[in-house]
Amino acid sequence: MDRASPPLTETALRAAAPARWQDYVELLKPRVMSLVVFTALTGLVCARTPISPWIAGVAVLSIAVGAGASGALNMGFDSDIDALMRRTRHRPVPSGRVQRSDALALGVVLSLFSVGVMWLATNLLAAALLAFTIVFYAVVYTLWLKRSTPQNIVVGGLAGALPPVIGWAAASGAAPLNAWLLCAIIFVWTPPHFWALSLYVTDDYAAAGVPMLPVVKGPAATRRAILGYSILLVALALAPAATGLGGAVYLAVAASGGVIFLVLAARLARSHAGDQRGGAEGLYQVKGPKEARDLFAVSIAYLFLLFAALLVERSAGLATLVR
Amino acid sequence: MSQPPEGPAWLKARRRRSIAIALALAAFVIIVFVVTIVRMQGHVADVGF
Repeated sequence: MDRASPPLTETALRAAAPARWQDYVELLKPRVMSLVVFTALTGLVCARTPISPWIAGVAVLSIAVGAGASGALNMGFDSDIDALMRRTRHRPVPSGRVQRSDALALGVVLSLFSVGVMWLATNLLAAALLAFTIVFYAVVYTLWLKRSTPQNIVVGGLAGALPPVIGWAAASGAAPLNAWLLCAIIFVWTPPHFWALSLYVTDDYAAAGVPMLPVVKGPAATRRAILGYSILLVALALAPAATGLGGAVYLAVAASGGVIFLVLAARLARSHAGDQRGGAEGLYQVKGPKEARDLFAVSIAYLFLLFAALLVERSAGLATLVR
Repeated sequence: MSQPPEGPAWLKARRRRSIAIALALAAFVIIVFVVTIVRMQGHVADVGF
C-alpha cells in the first residue's frame, strides 16, 4: 500500500473509530515531556535550595503537564502540516482519531492547570516562566516562526531551553546566571540537533511547506551551520565548570562528549548528507544519510549526559571546580 | 452538520474518557490539598512558639 496517500476508506475507518486514552497521551508528546522533566529536575536540584520533596514533585509534575499542554496545542495547530508529512501523518489529529478542537481544548485546560498549580505550590516567577514557555512554543513558534522563517528552530528553541530555569526558579524563587547557562546550552544545542534530523526528512518539510533550513538554503549551508553551532555548543558546555556549577565529572563528560560531537559535526560538514532526497520513512528508521543520523543520535546522548553529570554531582554532594 | 457517531464502541470510549477526566480532577484536588498542607506546615514552623 502506498503510504504517501492512504486510501479514503482507511482514513474514514480511522475517523470512525472512537479515540482511545492512548491517543490523548500521544497528544502530550511523552518523549519530549521526558526530556523536559529531566532538564527541569536538573535545574531544580542545581539550585541547592532546601525544598520539600512534595513541593519539588508537584513542581516537576506541573512542568511535565505544561510541556504536555504545549504538545497538545502544537498538534492541534499543526494538524494541517502534520497531515502532509510521513513522519507525523499518523498522529491523532491528522489521522482523524482526535478532533482538532479536542486537542486544543486539552492543551488550554492543561496549561491553566499546570500554571495554576505551579503558582500555588512554588512562586510567581516559576509560574510566569512556565506560562511564557507554553505560549512561546504554542503561539510564537508553532503558529508563526515554524511557518515563516528558516531560523524557526533557532528562536523557537527557547521554549525547550527554559525548563531548567523554571525548575531552578521553582526551588529558589530566583533565576541566576547559572540557571540561564543551562538554558543557553539547550538553546545552542537545538539547531544542530534538529538540522541534523531535517537533513534526512527534507522531503517531508518541503512537501508541507515548512521553511526548514535545508529546504530554503540547501543541505550544504545547513551542514556548515550545524558545524558552527556545534563549535559554539561544545565551548558553552564547558562553561559550567568555570562558573561554580559543574565539577570534575561534569568537565570530563563535557570535554570528552564535546570532542565526539565536534568530530561527528565535522564529518557531517564534509559529507553530502541531504544532497539526495527521499528514502527516509520516519524519524527512527535506519534510512537517510548516516552522518546526519549519527550526529542526531549523539546529540541526544550528549545533552542527556551533560545534565546527568550535573544531577549526579549535586545529588552526591561532589564539589564543584570553582566555588 | 453531521451527527456524532453513536454505538457500543463509542459509548464505551466516552465512558472511559469520562472516568479518565474524573480521575484527573481527583488527582488535581489531592495535589492542591497536599500542597496546601505542606505550605501551611512551613508557615507554622516559621512562626514557632
